[in-house]
Amino acid sequence: MENEKFEPKIVAFVCNWCTYTGADLAGTSRLKQQTNARLIRVPCTGRIDPVFIIKAFEKGADGVLVSGCHPNDCHYNTGNFHARRRWIFFRQLLDFVGIDSSRLYFSWVSASEGKKWVDVVDGVINSVREKGPFNGYKKLNKEIEIPVK
Amino acid sequence: MRIGVFICHCGENIGRTVDCPSVASACANFSGVVHAEDYKYMCSDPGQNLIKQAIKEKNLDAVVVGSCSPHMHEKTFRKACSDAGINPFLVEMANLREHCSWIHDDVPSATRKAIDLVRMLVEKVKFNEPLIPIRVPVTKRALVIGGGISGIQASLDIANAGYEVVLVEKEPSIGGHMSQLSETFPTLDCSQCILTPRMVEVYQHPRIKLVSYSEVENVEGFIGNFSVTIRKKARSVKDELCTGCGLCVQKCPIKKVALSDFDEGLATRPAMYVPFPQAVPNIPVIDRSVCTYFKTGKCQLCKKVCGREAIDFEQQDQLIKEDVGAIIVATGYKLYTIDKKPDESMIKGYGEYGYGKFKDVVDGLQFERIASASGPTSGEMLRPSDKTTPKKIVFIQCVGSRDESKGFSYCSKICCMYTAKHAMLYKHKVHDGEAYVFYMDIRAGGKNYDEFVRRAIEEDGVKYIRGRVSKIYEENGKLIVKGEDTLAGVRVEIDADMVVLATAMIAQNDSVKLAQTLSVSYDKYGFFNESHPKLKPVETSTGGIFLAGACNAPRDIPDSVSMASAAAAKALVLFGSDVLEREPVVAKVNEATCAGCFYCQKVCAYNAIEQKEIKDRQGNVIKVVAYVNSGLCQGCGTCNATCPSKSVELLGFKDDQIYAQINSFAEVF
Repeated sequence: MENEKFEPKIVAFVCNWCTYTGADLAGTSRLKQQTNARLIRVPCTGRIDPVFIIKAFEKGADGVLVSGCHPNDCHYNTGNFHARRRWIFFRQLLDFVGIDSSRLYFSWVSASEGKKWVDVVDGVINSVREKGPFNGYKKLNKEIEIPVK
Repeated sequence: MRIGVFICHCGENIGRTVDCPSVASACANFSGVVHAEDYKYMCSDPGQNLIKQAIKEKNLDAVVVGSCSPHMHEKTFRKACSDAGINPFLVEMANLREHCSWIHDDVPSATRKAIDLVRMLVEKVKFNEPLIPIRVPVTKRALVIGGGISGIQASLDIANAGYEVVLVEKEPSIGGHMSQLSETFPTLDCSQCILTPRMVEVYQHPRIKLVSYSEVENVEGFIGNFSVTIRKKARSVKDELCTGCGLCVQKCPIKKVALSDFDEGLATRPAMYVPFPQAVPNIPVIDRSVCTYFKTGKCQLCKKVCGREAIDFEQQDQLIKEDVGAIIVATGYKLYTIDKKPDESMIKGYGEYGYGKFKDVVDGLQFERIASASGPTSGEMLRPSDKTTPKKIVFIQCVGSRDESKGFSYCSKICCMYTAKHAMLYKHKVHDGEAYVFYMDIRAGGKNYDEFVRRAIEEDGVKYIRGRVSKIYEENGKLIVKGEDTLAGVRVEIDADMVVLATAMIAQNDSVKLAQTLSVSYDKYGFFNESHPKLKPVETSTGGIFLAGACNAPRDIPDSVSMASAAAAKALVLFGSDVLEREPVVAKVNEATCAGCFYCQKVCAYNAIEQKEIKDRQGNVIKVVAYVNSGLCQGCGTCNATCPSKSVELLGFKDDQIYAQINSFAEVF
């Protein structure tokens, strides 16, 4: 296992209207990207509970990406603003609970930004690849003596 | 739960990079999956029958289809499964095409990803619940935004089908850019002659409510049930009293105080004005920024001459509310302005062409006004600087369009045709004149279009030069146009009397603001996005809002008119039923655990959360909980993420369902 090339695992929470559609556009335009991201479609970034992100790290994600509509362009008017406010606090909490907050990425990708989506995804994957695997959660579990599965 | 997994090859689209049979066999081993198979075209009739048959034979109660984007075929597969007796909300789609096969080359890793994507949705579907669509009534009235030819066509079509239309126009008169044109290609018939009867028809139509000099301020609600706030700008004239006699305009002493927008700055207008003689409605407007009364408190001449007492200097902007079921956006375009007017957009412009510096360098619409019988020169071909007839005229195509360095990589589509038209109009009026056209390519796709361009070249002797112009400068009263002829491989220099720039069609200044008001998406140029470039060209991503004309992309008159009729037809389809079924993806409160903190109410953008009293048998209120009005809820789920006790959940995207996806994303990788 140790000798195998490290391939980061990325979970991306994307909103249905902008980023998911932007990722669709990247597909329709055949814009190649790396295979490491797994998208989870939610209606709006406002739907994303911060605990989802912790859960993703717990389940082995090396990086998490959250992407939605640009400010003012939210399909639900204000959902992305609520999301943004949440992240501002949540980022600090992440470090507090022992998860390297630099492994959490945010972006705004609209439905017409297929190219930007590719840049964002590849950027996140490359950046996480440089950081290496995320072991923080396992370490944390050891510290508080929860048996690692 | 008995889950069936169906993997589509999409011909070769998925099958080329994803090993579909092995995805299917891997999925067959997932817990809960009792049936897994792959097929060439899952969305085809035989493909759908395959699913239906498996549902019946294997007694399936949930289905995961691994194929294209759910935006493409979710409805198709939900319908197929519901025909076979499964609740449509127990069907999930894994996006193996747009999010996998089309964006990856490596077969093994794409296949691994495909298996992961399907597994995540297999896990999710285990927590799906049967949902029943919400039925809402339809308001059978339409709002049309923009009174150009597209808006006029859409309004007339809907009104003639028997439904009411509210037509909102930002300018004092409807007519749009088409009313400014002299003649139209490819028939050279007079633009006003074909347009003005339609404008009058709109005005006289019993079912069309024309709200001119107004803008859409706010839009609330959803398909079938929009509530629109319109700002009626203060005209300073009571439109219900004005008869349009025009006496006030004649008597206004501030004659040449402002440049006429209608004449594209080539003529002036008084402080009190109607944009053009055939304006509909023919009600004047006071331009308060230049009117003597508003500046000094004196004059009031217009008020004195008005026999109907229609002048109202105290008039304020009015906000009116309209309830409609469908909205058609037909806000049109504007021309790429170089430095004629201060431009908010970050356009660097073509300084080398001297537009704004040399009076005789004009844009396409200005040339239309010069050529138009109703224009400042009454149709005589006179150049703006000294009002003489230009003997040599140069037309330059693709000014702005197809120029990445100016920020517009698209083709404006109409310029090849209108330049040919301009050159012909010029040659028909100045028989001994010489007309040159600099072009990059001639794009004359359309019925009788290429023939039209050939006519300009062959019959009217317009000289076409393939190449770009590098510089224009003035010398001895002539405009020296320097360019190159790439076909002959020589440099060209023409001492022209006048230059016409075929500037790009770009989105209106406020298009992004309107897109945000309407919650429709827009592209990087500010044009509104259609829902699907081929199959849903007039729909937007927001239900009940349709597009017509050049607000979507550069488009000529015939295309705009057909698109407007298409948008009208879409609105009429909506009006064809009394109730509408909406996706039941709405929030729901668990009243037993709700603590009544109402954080959800604070974050809800739709006022969909109400307070509900829970009473005991004696009728005493024991607690107050949140209650979701599912008619108003749009299903964003912000309340769900906000609720501290997890008492409000978004159906279809409940916590369980999303955690199931997170928990299962990394088993193989």
